Amino acid sequence: MADFDQELDATGLNCPLPILKAKKALNTMNSGQTLHVLTTDPGSVKDFAAFAKQTGNKLLSSGEDGGKYTFLLEKA
Amino acid sequence: MSEPKKLAIIATKGSLDWAYPPFILASTAAALGYDTEIFFTFYGLQLLRKKLDLQVSPLGNPAMPMPFPVPVMAQALPGMQGFITKMMKQKLTDKGVASIEYLREMCIEAEVKLVACQMTVDLFDFTKADFLDEVEYGGAASFFEFAGDADVTLYI
Repeated sequence: MADFDQELDATGLNCPLPILKAKKALNTMNSGQTLHVLTTDPGSVKDFAAFAKQTGNKLLSSGEDGGKYTFLLEKA
Repeated sequence: MSEPKKLAIIATKGSLDWAYPPFILASTAAALGYDTEIFFTFYGLQLLRKKLDLQVSPLGNPAMPMPFPVPVMAQALPGMQGFITKMMKQKLTDKGVASIEYLREMCIEAEVKLVACQMTVDLFDFTKADFLDEVEYGGAASFFEFAGDADVTLYI
């Protein structure tokens, strides 16, 4: 039922851990696969947008719900 | 993709707080695809030791936020540095900040080049056995060989 290939729970982690862990997870995935990331670091909102822009991995969607942030990345 | 961007960092400080900027920026840059090198000189060499024992001190740093006011004279008391370091480490853990060991490991995994300044290694009587096996050794000219066409160069 999950509409992503892998999930990364980076809640409670601070900069730059969510990005580093997402990068590590993406390294194990194939092009076109999607990674769902959960964070609580407010700085991660801008960071994931910047990460996607600079690495070519697509940020398909992002959201916020009660202090939790979600990101859906598609590996380039 | 085209030629990767390059980041060159000079790390000159060896306290726990100042260990963060070079390793955070280098590990993140590597995750973004940057070709990255850190050149460690003077006190920055402490960041390359096999076993890290980094400390932080409020002495000479009036900007360090303290949970309660500590007079400068008291900051110099024996045991104070260890106490403040312990508090800082606890705070870092509580806030979900990575340890220096972890960030350094991320750098090594991402093939960030760690270069020790040979002159200061000699100056302080360090030997290669003091440092991680991944460390390379070089001088000012070798720094410019990398930094000369870097996109970003930072002195920390």
